[in-house]
Amino acid sequence: MAIDMMKKVPVREQAPEVRARNFEEVCLGYNKEEAEAEASRCLNCKNPFCVQGCPVSINIPGFIQKVKESDVAGAYEVISESSALPAVCGRVCPQEKQCEAKCVRGIKGEAVSIGKLERYVADTAKEMGIKPAAPAVKNGKKVAVIGAGPAGLTCAGDLARLGYDVTIFEALHKAGGVLVYGIPEFRLPKERVVAKEIENVKTLGVKIETDVVIGRSVTIDELMEKEGFSAVFIGSGAGLPKFMHIPGEQALGVFSANEYLTRSNLMGAFDEESRTPIMRAKKAVIVGGGNVAMDAARTALRLGAETHVVYRRSEEELPARVEEVHHAKEEGIIFDLLTNPVRITQDENGWVNGIDCIRMELGEPDASGRRRPVEVPGSEFHIECDCVIMSLGTSPNPLIAHTTPNLEINKHGGIIVTEGTEMTTKEGVFAGGDAVTGAATVILAMGAGKAAAKGIDEYLSR
Amino acid sequence: MFSIVKKELLGPNVYLMDIVAPRVAAKAMPGQFLIVRADEAGERIPLTVCDYDREKGLVTIVFQTVGADTNRMAKLEVGDHFADVVGPLGNPSDLVDLPIEELKKKKILFIAGGVGTAPVYNQLKWLWENGVGVDCIQGARTKDLLILEDEMKAVTDNLYFATDDGSYGIHGNVCVALQQLWDEGKRYDHCVVIGPMIMMKFACQLTEKLGIPTVVSMNTIMVDGTGMCGACRLLVGGEVKFACVDGPEFDGWKVDFDQAMLRSRLYKTEEGRLLLKQQEGDTHEGGCGNCK
Repeated sequence: MAIDMMKKVPVREQAPEVRARNFEEVCLGYNKEEAEAEASRCLNCKNPFCVQGCPVSINIPGFIQKVKESDVAGAYEVISESSALPAVCGRVCPQEKQCEAKCVRGIKGEAVSIGKLERYVADTAKEMGIKPAAPAVKNGKKVAVIGAGPAGLTCAGDLARLGYDVTIFEALHKAGGVLVYGIPEFRLPKERVVAKEIENVKTLGVKIETDVVIGRSVTIDELMEKEGFSAVFIGSGAGLPKFMHIPGEQALGVFSANEYLTRSNLMGAFDEESRTPIMRAKKAVIVGGGNVAMDAARTALRLGAETHVVYRRSEEELPARVEEVHHAKEEGIIFDLLTNPVRITQDENGWVNGIDCIRMELGEPDASGRRRPVEVPGSEFHIECDCVIMSLGTSPNPLIAHTTPNLEINKHGGIIVTEGTEMTTKEGVFAGGDAVTGAATVILAMGAGKAAAKGIDEYLSR
Repeated sequence: MFSIVKKELLGPNVYLMDIVAPRVAAKAMPGQFLIVRADEAGERIPLTVCDYDREKGLVTIVFQTVGADTNRMAKLEVGDHFADVVGPLGNPSDLVDLPIEELKKKKILFIAGGVGTAPVYNQLKWLWENGVGVDCIQGARTKDLLILEDEMKAVTDNLYFATDDGSYGIHGNVCVALQQLWDEGKRYDHCVVIGPMIMMKFACQLTEKLGIPTVVSMNTIMVDGTGMCGACRLLVGGEVKFACVDGPEFDGWKVDFDQAMLRSRLYKTEEGRLLLKQQEGDTHEGGCGNCK
């Protein structure tokens, strides 16, 4: 196929007006011809900056060369050296801030579409029935991993490859963490993609025990003293949803994004046949500008609502992936930027009937380097709505810290680790992902899981 | 895992089940709850723990059939199993952290309403086994709805019954009973009330008037039950608290019951529709407004 070397080979997507009414995956991915054409744009740099941009250091030019040669199995092998979840990362990583941000092609034209190529390799390998090879030799040492999300699965996968006997303990009834409860089907298909990736981790010999809440069902000390685990990795993820503490937040029809998305994704409430209820709003206001806000907004839209995103800064500061914002706009989501909620109004039965907001303008940069939004006096206005979804991030779940002696946390509630080894203040206990950093991305959690696996291996090999 | 080894009908639509769940049984303490799913498509249903047997790895649950999922649970028989049982969740009762000698000095009253009797039983049993005897008022609309009578008698110094229709014990609700005991000269310095929210609300109003510090157990809407979704939030002393990680027990004088009762009605329409659909089966036409 004829291609413009300056531009990405476009990827096929469901039309916005069609997908806004279904939960099928938005992006359809590359076929063989498109993938190989895109791969041919890679300059195979001697000093590949893209690899530096990848939190798990995938040999990106290495796998792209294999794609060029039509060797998908070879490409999958290259990726598998660094990542346990390529089909996930190809879909949800913020590539434009990571690998693709560093791509030399991006200086004059568009970066190579690394994420879409990674997804092509992972999906095709799956169709071909390629599975990662289980390790030949076991070393007999037991490691417990808390949480079957991106950090935990990555850590477990890496340790299993090194011969460790790994058990993941998951609090929910299904493994996957944010990949199953948080990210919607239309962005990350659960059966076709997530379940298969988890199967691959199990193929490496990892055991997963669901329905175990560490700190309640069993403590970390008990795992180490009574159940024979030599080391523990805590990848318990994000915790309690944050609220704004504005009047009316307890009204019926106000949800945390975590609740709304968990109902839809984990419990399948988007499906009319599900026994879990979810509010199908007429007009929904989502407060926040991150990926979770985009996911909640696009879910509400698909469930039939006119959907607004209210965010206090400007478009430039939206923390969500560029692709998600772009998709959301295409689907008809209305962005009320530089707008902040003041109070939620309710009817005589306690149901939300609107939200009062105030216009904002950007002032001087704050501690985060972003320009601080300040209220415009007298600019209050009202948005009528029957549903408000708060997507303001989360604070760490205190359960594990409270039930584990000698495990120290910082003032934000995140678990303190030593950079490099990822060990906590408790000997033999490691941590990574949102439990350490607070709400971040899938790939950063995977990077932390990977670093911790290395730290655990070094610790147990001493 | 999670197979049912005992099933008993305690009263109209009230079931007791013993379930194999070793990890939960090993750690459960009075005051905590667990979450069950009847089958792979099931809702996550939070239930208080009625009893546990650490050696046999069993937990006892008591539930009333109120919706589609509890109806499914009621159809499970001995030998069947639940898809999931997770727990224990929430904090144990504050009472279990107090020195036994201090507990023995206290005059403690429990008030149990309806299936709230199950979690009260768990606390009474623990206290009894530790040599602490307490009084309890057990209330229900009518005699048939009073559950676990023999078990409750065995673990209390004095057990009083109150029925709204006067069919058993004191004629009136638990507040009438408490006032009567008070008027007879009974005095308490700690009260635990577990039952329907409306009952807890009025019981707390009375104990506040009488000056008896009171703890309640809040059965709010929950999804994960582990501190992630925020569905269980409620106002306690004007502050937002999460029943699953901050509770489920709270200072009853400080809980905003009106707000909590309002929030518990959030999905009543959807749940009602689902129940109707389940009951009507093939003849279901979508509920009111959809008749042919």
